[in-house]
Amino acid sequence: MIDFLNLEPVRILLYLVAICAFVGANAAYLVLAERKGAGRIQRRPGPNEAGPAGILQPLADGIKLLAKQVMVPPGTDALLFRAAPLMVMAPPLMCLATIPFGDSIVAVNLNIGLLFVFSFGSINVMALMLGGWASRNKYAIISAARVVSQSVAYEIPMLLVVITMLMVTGTLDLSEVVKQQAGWFWHWNLFKVWVNPLMPVTFVIFFTCMLAETNRAPFDMAEAESELVAGAFTEYGGMGFGVFFMAEYANIVVGCCLATILFLGGWQSPIGALSGGLWGPVWFLGKMYALIFTVIWIRWTFPRTQFYSLLNLSWKILIPVSLGTLLLTGAMMKLMPFVFPSLH
Amino acid sequence: MSLKTAIRETYDGFKSLITGMRITAREAAKPTITVQYPHETLPMPDRFRGHVKLILDPATGQAKCNACGLCVRACPSNSLEVDGAKREGEKRKSVSKYELDFTTCSLCGCCVEACPSDAIEYSKEYNVVSRDRDDFAKMDIYKRLQAESEEWKKTHPTPPAPPAEAAPAATPTPATPVAATSSPAAAPVVAPAATPAKPATSAPVPAPAAASPAAPEQKPT
Repeated sequence: MIDFLNLEPVRILLYLVAICAFVGANAAYLVLAERKGAGRIQRRPGPNEAGPAGILQPLADGIKLLAKQVMVPPGTDALLFRAAPLMVMAPPLMCLATIPFGDSIVAVNLNIGLLFVFSFGSINVMALMLGGWASRNKYAIISAARVVSQSVAYEIPMLLVVITMLMVTGTLDLSEVVKQQAGWFWHWNLFKVWVNPLMPVTFVIFFTCMLAETNRAPFDMAEAESELVAGAFTEYGGMGFGVFFMAEYANIVVGCCLATILFLGGWQSPIGALSGGLWGPVWFLGKMYALIFTVIWIRWTFPRTQFYSLLNLSWKILIPVSLGTLLLTGAMMKLMPFVFPSLH
Repeated sequence: MSLKTAIRETYDGFKSLITGMRITAREAAKPTITVQYPHETLPMPDRFRGHVKLILDPATGQAKCNACGLCVRACPSNSLEVDGAKREGEKRKSVSKYELDFTTCSLCGCCVEACPSDAIEYSKEYNVVSRDRDDFAKMDIYKRLQAESEEWKKTHPTPPAPPAEAAPAATPTPATPVAATSSPAAAPVVAPAATPAKPATSAPVPAPAAASPAAPEQKPT
């Protein structure tokens, strides 16, 4: 039985099914968590009619979206119009393949995992742009242009932060990054202030960029559901729109996984003990969902920013500060060799 | 903008974000205040004005109203129609018909103010819906009181001694006083038509049906 599970095709199939199920279940139930969270913050119970405490709501939403006709408006580029939802959903699925959920729970342990995640994460922008472009709708195209300018603006500070982390960890292998943060929680990269006193600031920049990259409030210029019709997805209905919606949550999951791995010690225990075995995924998912709930919390706290202040934040604050942390880390590495014994 | 003010602004902005998140977290910790409407409803406020209703005397289980007719006179839009009858074993007259035309009623409250015996009040009903116009044009307030009276009888299975005599005495022969009061007012032919003012019998449907053919026979005798 164990041999059978270790067969390569079986292993691939199992991980494929598990990742698809994980993304699907998360996308469905994070929508419910989002609505419940919004409800609690506004002192409402949220959806509570479908099943006990509303736990069947995602099912009802799914059936409703599936039952609707997938319309391709006349005059659109039908192929691109249909391909855009697939392209927006595929990258998070791909990224999750390299995310280590536990000590040995990783589908593909790439030694360039970080690079892999970011290269696929960038496809998201292109897919959104394609969706807007293929719709043959002027509003969708304008929104798509806004998405692109936003994503480009936030890709820069995010990658600068990641380069900083890369200098600290010295590896692109995500499992290796996690292994370096073993021990108590002050061994997490977030609290390594002796490496770089601005480490918590780096985390805040990363988290902000993650919000902007996944088009989450207060940076949800792509959809802006209360102001624009639905931004780049104006012409999409039924499951076409549903896939865009699910992809947003899948991207949040990936972003939070990455933040957990890079800053919060991944599957490492925060208290030294209780690590290894099944505790790995428990710690990992616990940290990840804490971040996801922070994302939801932020969405229902802050109003949407204006577009120019969104770009101002990126170009005038985040990019200079992340450049500063990058330089500071470089200087620390050069000037304080005792912090980085491995490099000397 | 100097570097110092830039840092200061960024720091202040970040602090205000944290304040905002603390506020929403505190709100989220409080209990929800939604009233799940179809399952639960809010009690109507004291000043809510529904259609008028007759008040049940909690001591006797009958209407307080003695059909004096002051409310009819007070009504500026002639929406009320009241009739009274003297029940057997009772000294005073009591209401036997109280019909409200809710289509013309403006809920001004003159009737409630005019009532000398505090026998009418605003009901707290706001879900009054019907597909039949007559349910509003001829709103039978007395029938509603009788339904309430039935409820009262259920909760008071053995009423105190004095009303105990009156209640069984009233139930078998309510048709006759109604017929008797209507006979001076209208022609004897109308007497069977007086049955819509349903008496508070336990089986209302067969009883008037049996009484209505009997009524014309009783008249000649």
